[in-house]
Amino acid sequence: MITLSGVRKSFNDVEVLKGIDTVFEPGKVNLIIGKSGSGKTVLIKCTVGLMKPTAGKILFEGADYVAMDTNEKKVIRRELGMLFQGNALFDSKTVEENVRFPLDMFTHMPLSEKRDRVNEVLKRVNLIDANHKLPSEISGGMQKRVGIARAIVMTPKYLFCDEPNSGLDPQTSIVIDELIKELTNEYNMTTIVNTHDMNTVIGSGDKILFLHQGEKHWEGDKKSLFETDNKELMDFIFASDFLKEARNAKLASFRNK
Amino acid sequence: MESLYQFGKYILMLKSLFVRPERKAMYWTETLRQMHQIGVDSMVIVFIISFFIGAVSAVQFAYNLSTTITPMYFVGYVVKESMILEFAPTVTSLILAGKVGSNVASELGTMRLTEQIDALEIMGVNTTAYLVGPKLAAAVTMIPLLVVFAAAIGIWGGMLAGAASGYVSTTEYIQGALSWFVPLNTYIMMIKAVVFSFLIVSISCFKGYYARGGALEIGKASTQAVVLSCITVLVSDYLIAWLML
Repeated sequence: MITLSGVRKSFNDVEVLKGIDTVFEPGKVNLIIGKSGSGKTVLIKCTVGLMKPTAGKILFEGADYVAMDTNEKKVIRRELGMLFQGNALFDSKTVEENVRFPLDMFTHMPLSEKRDRVNEVLKRVNLIDANHKLPSEISGGMQKRVGIARAIVMTPKYLFCDEPNSGLDPQTSIVIDELIKELTNEYNMTTIVNTHDMNTVIGSGDKILFLHQGEKHWEGDKKSLFETDNKELMDFIFASDFLKEARNAKLASFRNK
Repeated sequence: MESLYQFGKYILMLKSLFVRPERKAMYWTETLRQMHQIGVDSMVIVFIISFFIGAVSAVQFAYNLSTTITPMYFVGYVVKESMILEFAPTVTSLILAGKVGSNVASELGTMRLTEQIDALEIMGVNTTAYLVGPKLAAAVTMIPLLVVFAAAIGIWGGMLAGAASGYVSTTEYIQGALSWFVPLNTYIMMIKAVVFSFLIVSISCFKGYYARGGALEIGKASTQAVVLSCITVLVSDYLIAWLML
């Protein structure tokens, strides 16, 4: 479980995060949504430690990550997996070497065991026969799968995904969302996904945190999303007439049940 | 003030290299890869440039001597001394500042831009130690070897060109090249090579590692790396000559 308490972040006197309080629970896909520039990426970067918050606490199982020294942070970081927006795969390494990298760097497993583990996670993300290809030789969807495989190869407790669907077609996006959801349940991970893909929000949002101008504007699950009357959230989620109609239809079906 | 801030940041980057590696084998593999990239991949360009520097020095010096009573074997001596003391370490380093410096800066800049460095950070890797350390170790090992190679090729090039031009025979040239050997000059050459290689790669890594923005900034970082490396090589060349001769 990750608890955020009064997290603030400023850049040159411009406050990007204005005191965020929330809890990300294990075994759930926790979504951070909001318009571009609302502070989603800054929040995720503060949470993983790529940026230091100006104020506030980030607690991993009760331990304050911000106050930790470098060695203590390293222990937490070994339990983190992250899928980057642009995948962040190492260009000069093959798919297998990319996924094996954390094992090579942090474990003393024999090569055969590491290969077995790599093949296991690649199979889990439905990526077979791509071990010896370079990232530039595979499609965007396959690169995402490699990124996910690398993120879960050390069986992390926390999985962070920054815009996992960016640059993917709608069908592949759904497949990636489902994969993230399945893996979250399978490994009982605390998964935090930064997205503005409405399919993800409606399909995977066990918990949704809506940021607006650096503030927590709304928090709930995908069911309560349809019932809320928060204007900013409604304008953001159901931006088109088509989505507004879909919302009404879904709401009606909830009421009938 | 900004320059002072950047210098402080550069010193802190160097300080962060001295940590215990997460896995020595991974650092060693990376160092070997860099040794190949920095050293072996630069051999052809170093060969071509050193050969012609030696050849041109020999022909031009022989031409100047041809109207004097100075014996022609002096050509061999002068080419040897100038290659060892100046051309091999300085010109090779200036070439490598362009080739290796821009390569290192753009590689690290691209890794920064595509979040590969962030990915390493998240895993818990000390990114400066893992990305900069092996490059520096490879450079201070391979560039001095390239400098020795450049000196040898330059002297050999001078011999071939001298003989081909008809100014100085191979025997006379070798006689000159073997005369008045001063060991101190060889030490100076090696000291220059180590200092220059450290400056080129550390400055280029610094510029690349801290690059921000997009493709334009990576291009700028790469250019700044080359320009700053060349300037520091020339200034330190003067300082070493001043202190040691």
